[in-house]
Amino acid sequence: MWPEFASGRHGTLMPKFTTLAISDPAQLRFGVAPKPLNTRHGMSIGGGIVYPELNFTLPPMFVNETTLPEVKRQYREIIDGALHRAVELEAPGVVIEFETLPPMTENPSWGIDIAKILLDAMEKAHSQHGLKSVLRMTPNDTREMERPPVMRSGMLWERMLETFEGSAAAGAELLSIESVGGKEIHDEALMMGDLSAVLFSQCVMGVRDMRFLWTAIDKIARQYGVHCAGDTACGFGNTAMVLAEQKMIPRVFAAVVRAVSAVRTLVGYECGCVGPGKDCGYENVILKAITGFPMAMEGKTSACAHLSPLGNIAAATCDTWSNESVQNIKLLGGMAPTVYMEQLIYDCRLMNQSLADGRDAALLYQKWMVNSDAGLDPQAYILTPRSAIAIAQSIVSSPDDYTAGKNAALAAIALLAEGHKNGLVKISELELPWLDTMRETVEELPAAEGEFIDQMMGTVDTEKFVPKDYAL
Amino acid sequence: MLMNTFQELTDAVEKGNRKEAARLTQVLLDAGTAPLEIVESALVPAMSNVGEKFKNNQVFVPEMLIAARAMKEAMAIIQPLLTAAGIVPKYTAVIGTVQGDLHDIGKNLVAMMLKGANFNVIDVGINVPPEKFIAAARENNAQLVGLSALLTTTMPAMKTIVDAMRAAGLNNVKIMIGGAPITQQFANEIGADGYSPDAASAVDLAHKLVAA
Ligand code: B12
Repeated sequence: MWPEFASGRHGTLMPKFTTLAISDPAQLRFGVAPKPLNTRHGMSIGGGIVYPELNFTLPPMFVNETTLPEVKRQYREIIDGALHRAVELEAPGVVIEFETLPPMTENPSWGIDIAKILLDAMEKAHSQHGLKSVLRMTPNDTREMERPPVMRSGMLWERMLETFEGSAAAGAELLSIESVGGKEIHDEALMMGDLSAVLFSQCVMGVRDMRFLWTAIDKIARQYGVHCAGDTACGFGNTAMVLAEQKMIPRVFAAVVRAVSAVRTLVGYECGCVGPGKDCGYENVILKAITGFPMAMEGKTSACAHLSPLGNIAAATCDTWSNESVQNIKLLGGMAPTVYMEQLIYDCRLMNQSLADGRDAALLYQKWMVNSDAGLDPQAYILTPRSAIAIAQSIVSSPDDYTAGKNAALAAIALLAEGHKNGLVKISELELPWLDTMRETVEELPAAEGEFIDQMMGTVDTEKFVPKDYAL
Repeated sequence: MLMNTFQELTDAVEKGNRKEAARLTQVLLDAGTAPLEIVESALVPAMSNVGEKFKNNQVFVPEMLIAARAMKEAMAIIQPLLTAAGIVPKYTAVIGTVQGDLHDIGKNLVAMMLKGANFNVIDVGINVPPEKFIAAARENNAQLVGLSALLTTTMPAMKTIVDAMRAAGLNNVKIMIGGAPITQQFANEIGADGYSPDAASAVDLAHKLVAA
């Protein structure tokens, strides 16, 4: 039996964030976090060095019983090549992320065996060459394989936990997931440009699932002496970003969705996560200001996985720097994961050199990262240290998650309107009216969560999710 | 006067004005207009205009979906009349996301655009095994099957489906494929009849394939 949790951040047993860990924009920067994370090999993430974080995936192929030996061979090839390059380039340490493919979470032993292959190679590189490394294990949130997803029980849920447990036991020190609670209604909310439904999905449904899920993962982490790293609103914020990139939805809408998503992802940190937050969560900038934990980020060097308007600004506050994912295919320079290991290492060298030259040098480099992106896209503009802190403040001063979501949205809208007025951010004519529409939508929402829930349960498609799994 | 009403209905659908779309549809029907004419002369042009605007970056998807909802409202009045008269859309397309894959945003957009072009669209959903595509194509006498895949690890499932459909004797059913990792070259390799990179051009491709 799992405990039932109240929906508000306050009044539960969870630690809650009511003040900011970083309230000065000049302190919100890369490589340094108020609460660094120390690993078994002695890496200190957020302790003054930015580490590369490599992620990789298979080339086009099936993953099944028959192909499993070839799948394992692929991962062995990937990790050997990448670590070899890291040793040659004298990386100060590397984070390896193993984000499984769904069959590897549905069949926990497959995912765990591959994790062991990676850990094995990492241990060898450490003992033979002194290369420090740590494994982030990211099973899939396979609960969504069923529709409507059963969120709190069943085979899929159990196997997912088994994958976490087996890999933690094998030595994966960082546990992450791209969880999907609330997503059942979010895609449609995005496509319809419906901000009320976005808030319901993330700040009513999403936060409830996050509490449930991360309480369970935290139990596993404690049992094996490993860390809950963090979640991401990938399925929410990045879906919006990709849709905006394809000109399907307005960029200002995607920017506001991102701000709201911080409320959902924050719950992980209330339930035991200590960072580094997962790479594709661009809301991590806001979360670093709130929690003080180190964060993984991705930008220009993850264009192999998806395009974004955040290539440089994403690095401005990172503690590990990731490529999100690349297929194991041959490029002219070598196999793609090896090539990306090299790129990440050079990106990090530059950041680390500026850190070594002192605070002013790092701040100057950071200013270039921020200013080269911020004016060109509203999604970048809301992630400047100043904007992120304003949004973070709106969240921690709210009494509950629902209010925090509304306030994060209003803060982002206000920042964009002001930025546009002052010529600091480009917003297209076609998008400008959306700022007013969004503000009016939020301002008209009920003050009390209960009333909001009643209202939304009458308008969203309740066939798409299991209300009792959200205590609704 | 009726010409004006056609235009007004087209405008109402384009603007996503559901009530007005239903009202004007009724006005046209009351004046004795053939149901099919309303579809072809007012509703389809409306969706095609919206599609065109979307292609030219003049509107976003939410506006397009709101227009599609208005068209649906009008179709709710017209459909029973068409069915009673034995009139069915000229073409039927089965569309789905292949086995192992849950990504459906792109597939839904393609389905929506095909509906707007007056295809009878059977959406078989996500994580769909080959048998289900075959059964749906058979049962609905589909001229076209659309496959969507977003994962490199589910792309091979497209070949399985193409082979299974051919083996099942569905040689006249055209197969079009799409999704972020898909290319024309891949379509050629697996013997699919066509590939399209986005929802708007998917409609052009669909027309081309069924006409061939
Ligand atoms: C949104 C998204 C999700 C959402 C999906 C929500 C949904 N309801 O669909 C969620 C969060 C659930 C998700 C889950 C996963 N995802 Co995902 N996801 C994406 C993302 C960011 C965008 C896809 C999208 O919706 N695009 C917008 C739509 C409109 O575009 P589109 O799908 O390309 O469709 C257009 C065209 O392709 C075309 N089209 C599409 N279908 C068809 C069909 C026909 C017939 C035709 C003609 C045309 C056509 O027309 C469409 C409209 O213009 C992509 C990134 C990317 N580069 O694509 C990753 C991505 C596809 N996902 C990825 C991964 C790894 C996963 C997960 C395994 C992650 C995980 N940690 O669990 C799971 C897999 C679950 C599963 N079994 O499928 C990887 C795939 C890597 C690989 N090895 O292939 C990508 C590339 C991200 C990345 N860079 O790592 N994902």
